Amino acid sequence: MKISGWILIFAAWLIAALSTLGALFMGEVMGLTPCVLCWYQRIAMFPLVVVLAVGLFPLDAKVVRYALPLSSTGLLLATYHLFLTIGVIPEAMAPCAQGVPCGKIQAQWFGFVTIPLLSFVAFLSINLLLALSALRKSQ
Amino acid sequence: MKQKNIFIAAAVLLLGVFGLGAVLYKNHQAQQAAQLVAQNRAVLERAHAHTFGNPNAAVHIVEFFDPACETCRDFYPLVKKMMAANPGKIKLSMRYAPLHKGSDEVVKAIEASRKQGMFQPTLEALFASQGHWVLNHASQVQLIWDPLSGLPLDLRRLQTDMNSPEVSQVIAQDMADAKTLHVTMTPEYFVNGKPLPSFGYEELKKLVDDALIENSVGK
Repeated sequence: MKISGWILIFAAWLIAALSTLGALFMGEVMGLTPCVLCWYQRIAMFPLVVVLAVGLFPLDAKVVRYALPLSSTGLLLATYHLFLTIGVIPEAMAPCAQGVPCGKIQAQWFGFVTIPLLSFVAFLSINLLLALSALRKSQ
Repeated sequence: MKQKNIFIAAAVLLLGVFGLGAVLYKNHQAQQAAQLVAQNRAVLERAHAHTFGNPNAAVHIVEFFDPACETCRDFYPLVKKMMAANPGKIKLSMRYAPLHKGSDEVVKAIEASRKQGMFQPTLEALFASQGHWVLNHASQVQLIWDPLSGLPLDLRRLQTDMNSPEVSQVIAQDMADAKTLHVTMTPEYFVNGKPLPSFGYEELKKLVDDALIENSVGK
């Protein structure tokens, strides 16, 4: 027997919830001011916690239809942000010059883990889990 | 049913870790801040700062402020009230932390007013007219002259003094000290070398009351 559809969506919810609380912790507890791109990623991530939770009880595989547009938008933004911080996209192209610059790395762990990287990994895993869930349904 | 339990357990666990983490982090921060000030008492209590109240008062409040900051304006009368309620027991040093854009010029004017013995009226006039010269969270130094015109201040002399090296030096020193003490928000209060555990009027009042009790018992 394959992994149940519930587990896939639950795992996606778990990542979204972890990311949301992580973002709130860094913003509200540690006092790091989110840059503009971080805010757009938050806009894509926070509703996933609610949307995916609703899709779990009772299990509704169609939740992917509503969650995937959010998570794929988030993935695009996170990719752009990650490229900006590692220098693939030059700083001059950064859309946010006022407030906190998005190209600046505010926090770093183990020498390479940054907030945009965490966001990218989270959105990528959510997208993969939701895509897997959609594939299972179509089979 | 089983799935529901897994979901609830995960949600409770996540929220629990978040709450515990927040409390631990805040405690750690507060401890570090206290340690930082304890190691830098001389940086905190500089002789050059303008000080209100009895110079020999046992309780010394040091405030880092920005004249453009609304909370600094709102706290100013509250701290004055605390001092009035305990005559001769509290002194208050005002130190500059011009964090708003353009505030560095305004604090220069305040510092320059000390040469004419007008620190308090200038500060109070600027607080009272804050809405007039702070636009979109940026200080407009060219707009402060109108509110100051009612004071017995020689404005021409003030503007010359603003550009004097002594005034710049005081402000540069305060800004450097604010950096050393990790003052990133205004107002920031220290009571006998202790930072507020978290920002708020009640927290400040408690710190002051504790210091008053401590010093009355010792004597």
